Formats: sequence, structure tokens, C-alpha cells
Amino acid sequence: MAFDDTKIENFKVVGTRVKRPDGMDKVTGKAKFGADVVAPGMLHAAVVRSPHAHARIIKIDASKAEALKGVKGVVTRADFAEGLTGGNLDVLENVMAGEKALYDGHAVAAVAATSALIARDAIKLVKVEYEVLPHVTDVDKAMKKDAPVIRAGTADKSVPLGMHENVVRYHESGHGDLEAGFAAADMVIEETFKTEATHQGYIEPHACLASMGDGNGDLWCCTQGHWNVQKLCAAMLGLEQSQLRVTASEIGGGFGGKTAVFIEPVALALSRKTNRPVKLVMSRSEVFRATGPTSSTSMDVKIGMNKEGIITAAEGTFRLQGGAFPGAPMEFTAMCAFAPYNIENVKQIGYDVLANRPKQAAYRAPGSPMAAFAVESVVNELCDKLGLDRLEVRLKNASKQGTKASFGPTWDRIGLVETLEAAQIHPHYAAPLKAGQGRGVSCGFWFNHGGETSVTLALSEDGTAQLSVGTPDIGGSRASMAQMAAEELGIPYENIRTTIADTATLGYNEVSHGSRVTYASGLATIEAARAAVKKLKGRAAAKWGIDEDAVVWEDGCAKPAGSNAGEFDPLPIEKLTAKMGSTGGPIVGHFEATPEGAGVSFATHIVDAEVDKETGHTKVVRYTVIQDAGKAINPAYVEGQFQGGAAQGIGWALNEEYIYGKDGRLQNSGFLDYRIPVASDLPMIDTVIVEVPNPGHPYGVRGVGETSICPPLAAIADAVSNAAGVQLKELPMSPQRILSALTEQARV
Amino acid sequence: MIHVNTKVNGDEVEFLCDPRETLLDALRDRLNLTGAKEGCGTGDCGACSVTLDGRLVCSCLVLGAEAEGKEIGTVEGIANGEELHPLQEKFIEHAALQCGICTPGILVATKSLLEKYPSPTETQVRYWLAGNLCRCTGYDKIVRAVMETAADLRKAS
Repeated sequence: MAFDDTKIENFKVVGTRVKRPDGMDKVTGKAKFGADVVAPGMLHAAVVRSPHAHARIIKIDASKAEALKGVKGVVTRADFAEGLTGGNLDVLENVMAGEKALYDGHAVAAVAATSALIARDAIKLVKVEYEVLPHVTDVDKAMKKDAPVIRAGTADKSVPLGMHENVVRYHESGHGDLEAGFAAADMVIEETFKTEATHQGYIEPHACLASMGDGNGDLWCCTQGHWNVQKLCAAMLGLEQSQLRVTASEIGGGFGGKTAVFIEPVALALSRKTNRPVKLVMSRSEVFRATGPTSSTSMDVKIGMNKEGIITAAEGTFRLQGGAFPGAPMEFTAMCAFAPYNIENVKQIGYDVLANRPKQAAYRAPGSPMAAFAVESVVNELCDKLGLDRLEVRLKNASKQGTKASFGPTWDRIGLVETLEAAQIHPHYAAPLKAGQGRGVSCGFWFNHGGETSVTLALSEDGTAQLSVGTPDIGGSRASMAQMAAEELGIPYENIRTTIADTATLGYNEVSHGSRVTYASGLATIEAARAAVKKLKGRAAAKWGIDEDAVVWEDGCAKPAGSNAGEFDPLPIEKLTAKMGSTGGPIVGHFEATPEGAGVSFATHIVDAEVDKETGHTKVVRYTVIQDAGKAINPAYVEGQFQGGAAQGIGWALNEEYIYGKDGRLQNSGFLDYRIPVASDLPMIDTVIVEVPNPGHPYGVRGVGETSICPPLAAIADAVSNAAGVQLKELPMSPQRILSALTEQARV
Repeated sequence: MIHVNTKVNGDEVEFLCDPRETLLDALRDRLNLTGAKEGCGTGDCGACSVTLDGRLVCSCLVLGAEAEGKEIGTVEGIANGEELHPLQEKFIEHAALQCGICTPGILVATKSLLEKYPSPTETQVRYWLAGNLCRCTGYDKIVRAVMETAADLRKAS
């Protein structure tokens, strides 16, 4: 899609820090999140979950639960659609176990009762007979010959012969001559890295309210994409898609984890069975055990560099377990790994491996942070050993417009060089360090995404506008949408009300993921507003009796294009809309498309950390995020995305991990033991917004939500290495891992 | 069922609850005050923060029955009618919320902080809020909003 009329100067509303329209509701407790609604006659549900990592389900006896006073219905797999195949079958298997429970926490039955307490009592009365099977939760062990087979026959044709059945997909890409490339290097470093699974850690557990009637249904839920919920739930329940209306509640964080369905089909099945509305809310423990954490990884990275700091060859192998179902984002890991660099000889390989863990879901730039951890750590090590500056080396190798990317495409206008140059002149990079502190740097990359998008903008008689978008507002997007509409219409920002429409009132919209909302819904908003403006100009032209092309739209008014067009007073929007009923009918602009020009985004982070050699505890003392946003529609919320991604990356680097016991059960399914960063763990997070316009958006917008989580892992590992003299190759860099690395170092 | 008489945001209210129900359940399900959120149910996230006779507590760790004869303050009681509390104003102005699920708990907690310590240092704010998890913001804009509100309130008084 080309935007010849791209305008990137003289914005009036875009680029300002307006107050978000939903702010008032969110600071007063009025905003309605997933668990905040009720329905007349509503029941409450609870889910029976497997305590085993891998077990055959022999028998489910719910008679005692059904006999409990207040229990109105029990569902098992038998209450869902039969005959599903492919991805839909995988989703159903994950939502409700069939023949086997595949991980600790896997749903096997669910109960609806007149109160949440009774439902929770009742699930304890559901007797499930299991035949416990051998399990595996580690990615490397799951690939070994003697590993238990988790789901036979799952592997697709991409997998090379001779691999274990748990390896279900394979990816390979690259170009050049690796052997020659490594031969041309002055130094080659090859390392192995491991990262544990982490969770998105959104504070709002999954929640929904389902109501099923005569072949149709209504569903309220916290989700990043309600059309996707509609599509999947209709399949799970055997409904026609249009008969199920899904409304997205306010969403208390998602970060990718709310792009899937877990409890929604279960609540619908219970509602269908009991003929009552059913509310189902997950506990925090259920969120950890049975939603979609990230993959854990095992990675080999080999990079060759010459004395001048040019990367001559690079090779990476990335093994990701994504739980008991295919879908670990290993191709993203492979493709992101070397994306920041212009490398003549490069190859990346990915393996998607099954293990007895919950099905992974996206988490902010899925697959990319792990790759950056491995690759950027090796780059930093090469810089040290060759005595070169980290930023200069990166600038020498940086991808830019025209570079052939490691995975194939040729880059359009991108902003990596600009982030590196901004890092070089940032006072942080030259600031003195205190004793015991170390500094680290890393780059990061994410693709960003467009996706199916529908937007409608309807003008009211008084000249204000109702904007309907279909991408749930995860972090302030109503504001940026209204800013873009206000810019085009030339009316005050406050005169636009942005609504997240339900599935019955707007065309299809892909999930709020891939950093796509401000890009794709924003582009559609601009185009919808332009369509409305075209109609407004037409009405003015008709009134003046001149050609539509002779009318321009400025500052919310129709004006004659020049003296040749005629002498007319400007017609403000409210005068045109007041008469719209008698001048041709309602004025509505809409836009539906699958925009494909999402500009990729790069970032450079600088971090200072302090390591306590007595305890192994690491404290981040200074942090700077520098990222290309293309164009920041609302800089305050762009900064917020940069800071939030960095904070999540700090948690991933230092604390967060899924800990499975020998029994295959998750050991830390709560916020006390799965510790996300708290306020006292972090410093202020400085941000620099670089703006290299994306040619694929009318204002130059690039997605900003995800890239910020990619650099922290390697940057902090670098800072720890410089502070304590130990380079950690396994995440998280918890106090005990750092202590044992220090002990090991003292021994040799 | 237990009959409980209590005061919420200055209003006298009564409700019936199961002995096992938490104060959070009672507020949300019995009194329709859904501003306090359940993020964990174990006192680790602070999304359910309220005040109980002026003391900051996690309402998921208090039983509904314990509210008898007490005074409870929730996020719904922070604004004075249409007039927002300076903290609420500042949170909106500074983009100190993204998804907004932790915001009610953080506002209750920081209001309580400023009542006790009108001139907190950054470290004090960070440690006071260490029991309130926010996954979106990295806390930067929250801490700034609290510090600025404190400064404004000092100037005004």
C-alpha cells in the first residue's frame, strides 16, 4: 500500500500527550474488566484440572459433584464438538483434555453451581481415574531417543528423518557460504544458552461470562481479540460463527497471553448445558499452570568476526519447547536472531519440540528475546576479546535500507543505525560507573504486523464523531485512534468517542497483537476519516454548486480550493452534519483491509547493574531504552511501552522462571514464588524515541509494543559479566546461579 | 450466612456472606463495588487494596465477616463526586496506567502513603508500592505521578 499523500509535519493533535478518554473510568474503579459483570440467574463455574504431567484418563465420575446442593451441571470433553481437525483440534484438546491429560493443570472437567464456593467444593468431588504415564518437561530431554512420546503423529513434513516424534516442526533459512565465512574470521566464538519459560504475568486472570440460548450465544470476556474468540468458540461448540456475539471487556494486561482461548468455550458449554448464564474466572494458580507461558529454549550460537569488527559468518540453532502442542515460535526466534546485522554468510535452524507443559502462547515479540540473549551475548564477548567498542561494532554491521536480511527480505527504511547513534551520544553510555557496577548493551528486533482490520467512523448531527474499532485497548489505544481521527477531521480530540465494537457490529478484526493496533487500526482510522471527509466535501460542493475536487478540507471546515473555485465562506463540519439527513443521508466513513506495510522496529538498550558478590543478587541501577517508533502518536504511551517492555525483560533476565519438579508439576504457581519485578526492584527507565518514518503508514507509524522486551536479557547479562566477571548463559540470572558461577570462577 | 453491618466509603451498608468469603468477595459480589480487583487471591499483588479503619490491607486476606463495625475505604471513595483526587488527576495526566487493572489498588495504596508521609522520597514510594504489582508500566510513570502529586499537595497546603 502506498501513501503518496504522506504528511509528517505540522501535526496538530498527533504527537501530543493528550489524556486518554478511558482514564476517568480506570482511576475511579468504574471500568468493567472481565470479572466485573453479572447476569440475571448467573451461575459460577470451576474447572477440574489434572495433577499429573502426563496421564491417560481412564474414567471421570461426576455423580458425587452432581449430587451436591447447588450444582447445576458438569461438562467434560463429551460436551464439545466432535470431528475437529488440525489447529482447532489442538485448541480443543488444550481447552478440555480428551484421552490424555498432557500437563499439570490440564482441564479435564468443569462444574457450574449457584455460587463460586459451591463450584469450588464440587470440583473436589469429581473423581478422575488416571493411568500415570512417563513425562518430560525439559526441551533437550524431550528430543532424546528415550523421551516419552507426548502426541504421536503430530510432526509435519518439515522435520528431518530420524528425529524424535516430539520434534514436530523444523525451520531453516539463511544465505552465503558458512565455511568460507568462518574461515575469514579472526575469532570464532560458539556458545550454548538456555532460557526457562516465563509468563506474561498480566495482573487480571482470565475471566468470562457466557450465555447460550437456542443455537446462539453471547460471550463477555477479557481478550486481545474477540473475533478470534468467536471463531474458536464457535468451532469448539459446533455453532455458526455469526450466532455467537463476543464482547471484549476492558483487559487487564495481555502481552500476547490473551490471544488464545482457555475458559471461554468451557463457560459456553456449561451455559448450554444448564441453560443459565455462567461466569468463569481463573485463579492465579490456574493462570500459571494452565494458560500460555513462553517456550523454554536451548540454543547454540556461533559467530565469526574479523579484527575490524565485521561479522564474517553466523550460525544459530534454536530448540524451543512450546508445551504439549505444536506452535513454539522457533521460526521467529531463528528469523529475529541475526536480523540486526548485515551478514554475508548466515544460517539459522529452529526446532519446535513437544513437552508436558501447557501450550505456549505469544509473549511480547514471541521468540525474539531468547534469540537476542544468545546472539547479542556472543557479539559482546567478541567485542571484548577483540578489544572493540560494542556500539561501533554494531554500527559497522547494522542492517539498513537495502540490506538483505538474514532470513530473506531486503529491508526498506529502518532505524537501527539511528538508535545506535543515539546510544553513542546518550550521556548514559559515557557516565562513570561505581565500584561493583557493570554496563551492558544489546540490540533487539521485532517484525511488527498489519493484519485484518475494520474501522467505522460515524459523524453525529452536531459534528462530533463516533469511532468504532475492533482491537481491544490494552494500553491507551483509544487515545491514539482518536488523535488520528481528530487530525484528519480537523476537530478537537475531545469530540471523538472511540468504542471497542463487539463482533456483531463491525467487520472482522485480527487480535491486538504483533504491535499492530496503532499501525493497522490507526491506518484504518485515518482512511475511514478520509472517507468521511470526502463525503463532507461532496456535500459542500453540492451546496456551492461546484466540483468536489474544488473543495478542500482544513481545520474542520470545507473551503473552496482557491479563487478559481469561487468565493464561499468556509462551511464548518457541524453545519454540514446538521443538514446531512436532507443532503444525502448519514455520513459514515469506513475502511476494511489487511495492511501489509507494518514497518519493522529496532531498539538499542543500555543498562548498568550492580552485583552483590556475597548473595549473588543483581540490582539494575540505570536503564535507557532507545527505540525507533516511526512516528509517536502519543509519546507518553510510547514511552510507557518502552518502559514496560524493559521491566518485563529485567524480570525475565533476573528472576522469572517456570520451575517444574521431578514429578512434572509446576512448583511456583503464584506471584510470591514467580516473582515479577516490583517497584523497589527497578530504577527510573529513561527513554529516547527515535522517529524514522515507516513508509507503510500515512503518518509513518511503526509498532512499538514488543521490541522493547528483546534487548534486556543480553544487555543485563553483559552488565553482570562486566560487574562480576562471570558471563551467564542460562536464564534467569537468579542469585543462586550467579553465586554458583562466582564459586566456579574462584575454583578455576 | 453471616449478617455484617459495616461502613464503606462513608455509607452504612449491610450484607450477608458465607463465613469463607473474603472482604474482597463481599465488596465485589455482595455490594457491587468491583473497583477492587482479584489478581492473585494470596496477598501478593495488591490489586485488591482497601483501607480497613484507615489501615492499608489486601481485602483478599480479610474475611467479609471481619468488616463488622469497621470503616472501609475503596477506590470508589477516592474522588469527591465528579471531582477527582489529585492522585487520580495526575495518574491520567502522566499516563501512569496502561491496562488499568492495578490502578485502583495503587491509588488506594498511594493515597494512604501520602496521608502518612506527605513528603516521600522516591525510595519510600517504591518500597511502599512494592506490594502492588504493575506489569505494564515498569513503575516509572507511577512513581513520578505520586512524587508530583505529593509536591503539589505540599504547595497547596
